[in-house]
Amino acid sequence: MALLQISEPDALPAKPLRRLAVGIDLGTTNSLVATVRHGIPVVLPDAEGRPLLPSIVRYGEGDVAVGYAAQAEQARDPQNTIVSVKRLMGRGLADLADARRFPYRFVDTPGMVRIATRAGVKSPVEISAEILKSLRVRAETGLGGQLAGAVVTVPAYFDEAQRQATKDAALLAGLPVLRLLNEPTAAAIAYGLDNASEGTYAVYDLGGGTFDISILRLSKGVFEVLATNGDGALGGDDFDHRVYCWAIEDAQLPPLAPEDTRLLMVKAREAKENLTIHRSAPIGATLADGTKLDLTLTAETFTTITQNLVAKTLAPVRRALRDAGLSPADVKGVVMVGGATRMPQIQKAVAEFFGAPPLTNLNPDQVVALGAAIQANVLAGNRSDGDDWLLLDVIPLSLGLETMGGLVEKIVPRNATIPVTRAQEFTSFRDGQTAIAIHVVQGERDKVADCRSLARFELRGIPPMPAGAARVRVTFQVDADGLLSVSAREETSGTEAAIVVKPSYGLSDADIARMLEDSFRHAEDDMAARALAEAQVEADQTVAATRRALETDGDLLSPSERAAVDAALAETQRCREGADHRALAAATAALNAATAELAARRMDRGVARALTGRQIDALT
Amino acid sequence: MIDFSRNYFDLFGLPARFRFDPAALDAAYRALQREVHPDRYAAAGDAERRLALQSSARVNEAYRALKDPVARARYLLSLHGVDLRDEAENALPVEFLERQLERREAVSDALAARDAPALAALRADVDGEASREEQRVATLLDGDGDPHAARAAVRELTFLAKLAADIDAMQSGLDD
Repeated sequence: MALLQISEPDALPAKPLRRLAVGIDLGTTNSLVATVRHGIPVVLPDAEGRPLLPSIVRYGEGDVAVGYAAQAEQARDPQNTIVSVKRLMGRGLADLADARRFPYRFVDTPGMVRIATRAGVKSPVEISAEILKSLRVRAETGLGGQLAGAVVTVPAYFDEAQRQATKDAALLAGLPVLRLLNEPTAAAIAYGLDNASEGTYAVYDLGGGTFDISILRLSKGVFEVLATNGDGALGGDDFDHRVYCWAIEDAQLPPLAPEDTRLLMVKAREAKENLTIHRSAPIGATLADGTKLDLTLTAETFTTITQNLVAKTLAPVRRALRDAGLSPADVKGVVMVGGATRMPQIQKAVAEFFGAPPLTNLNPDQVVALGAAIQANVLAGNRSDGDDWLLLDVIPLSLGLETMGGLVEKIVPRNATIPVTRAQEFTSFRDGQTAIAIHVVQGERDKVADCRSLARFELRGIPPMPAGAARVRVTFQVDADGLLSVSAREETSGTEAAIVVKPSYGLSDADIARMLEDSFRHAEDDMAARALAEAQVEADQTVAATRRALETDGDLLSPSERAAVDAALAETQRCREGADHRALAAATAALNAATAELAARRMDRGVARALTGRQIDALT
Repeated sequence: MIDFSRNYFDLFGLPARFRFDPAALDAAYRALQREVHPDRYAAAGDAERRLALQSSARVNEAYRALKDPVARARYLLSLHGVDLRDEAENALPVEFLERQLERREAVSDALAARDAPALAALRADVDGEASREEQRVATLLDGDGDPHAARAAVRELTFLAKLAADIDAMQSGLDD
């Protein structure tokens, strides 16, 4: 402590700076933004006090409406009012089995599908960015400052293309993403911390367009995901669609115009929601040609026409339990997430499967955003004494390489806890082969053609050798954010190549740059001011972290090492006063480098402490 | 920072034995991750975060290798300097192979008939044999037994684990 006083006469407030962080649930039907205030996660409402933002974007005459305003126009202007855009994220037209269900003018572009609107051709990324931008503005207004970071949730079963598309949308919306967090995991954090739960729990998450099941073990503040599974194209929307089809058949309607399709879909959804509390629901509408519709849907009929959808959710549940090596009886409680879990037939099916009524003592619409806010708060560096919990998440889908004959060799299996590093050795196929093609894929199937292609790169410059003599070691590393990097090294010659995997079928970096430029041209955001603000936040965080480290573990440094750290600290603080964001970023980087050795020694000390009381004599 | 030269058992402060207390492993795993997981270093500098990433990945790898009995047995053999990849010494006993061939046939039949209960029964049967095999491995590895003698038992155990995983994949296929 004394040391600190001598070296830091102009110390910042002793309390680390609080950085504004939010959790965002970017849903198929509704989206939310939440934050942690005074240690309690809360949803941030809009100016009218409404917590939800309907995930609907309307491209009007010269303006863009998001949320309720867009929702009000959807039946009148279905081709320019985009709903359920989440179902299109990272998907090509060929991926969409249900494309005809949407009344949009699809443009089949390579990679991701796009939609022709009156404001031009839009990608799902741009449309999602409008929703995220609206939430960012809501949060910045509500919190009174620029956001330091956001945790955005995605379905656990989203693949890399869908995750990358979500990240791109956040980037486009001007949101610094701390992490993409799996939705059921977010729900488990909110539920577990709120209820101080211990034991094995399942999270059954049926959203508007996606279904996830996660099995977690909660023990002494550690949330350990054991297995996750799901269906990327199954949600409440599908229940609406069954009702819609039933209505068309029951009333013997001819093929409908886009406006009528949307109108009837809205009525179908209302009927579904009605049946949560009533035994029957009316479906009444007047179509464009004057046809009047007056139907009644009973709870029995609704259950019958949707029973195979309900059954379809139980297959992933069984798979997840099997992967976790558990039976339904091992699960202590089932947390229900997503508005669609309000349907009585879902609750009944889940209760029957697990042999116990599901837990519904929390708001299924909000719990994901609340959990994301809690995680965002920690990742932004606001961890306080009460936040002594840890999340151990998994990758949802296996990662592998293409080998001879178009087959997949899995390197990291699904449900591996991240961060994870795995390596495997391969060899050359032909005599004198000087290059090896590395094709990274994702999925559970044995053939490359049935999996998703993530990236390709080549290891060149291998000295000519007989077939089978080269030893190529390929290493996969997935960090705590789920970001994959792959490197390859030929061991006998030392030839190396590496790549950070960015799915090849998403938007290109050039696309993103162009969209960003467009959005900045239209907005008043000042990029230089933003860069400086970001550099300042980064610098403050590093300075605060260094001071805390010196305060608790300063004794680990020799006087000369200490002097080097102090000098770097002083330089960072000097640059912090100026307006040059590049100089500040460079000083912060230098401070990081100067504290590397201290970091390593502190971790040693922590590890030794963790094992104290356990087999001390086994430590060398 | 984790000492990467230390073996997995040392890393968790556990004795290097096949038979051990899974709860002790779980507790040590959680305690270590609490120290080294990258999320604990969210407010730290790049250097610290990189160290955390490497250490946490190492702890995950060690946990996986010790948690699963087959992986644990193979790891123990490698600590004893026994190389399972040595093909010449890898022949399995004929009666073991005959038994597994019969079982494979029964599994194929059950799959063709989409008979989930029959698959589940076969899976339980494999589990039963695997746990008897584990007892044998434990005696050979933890006692004064010759680790080279344990090799054959570990090979059989590996074979059974592969079969169990295949049946699991078939069961998942039937779920759809």
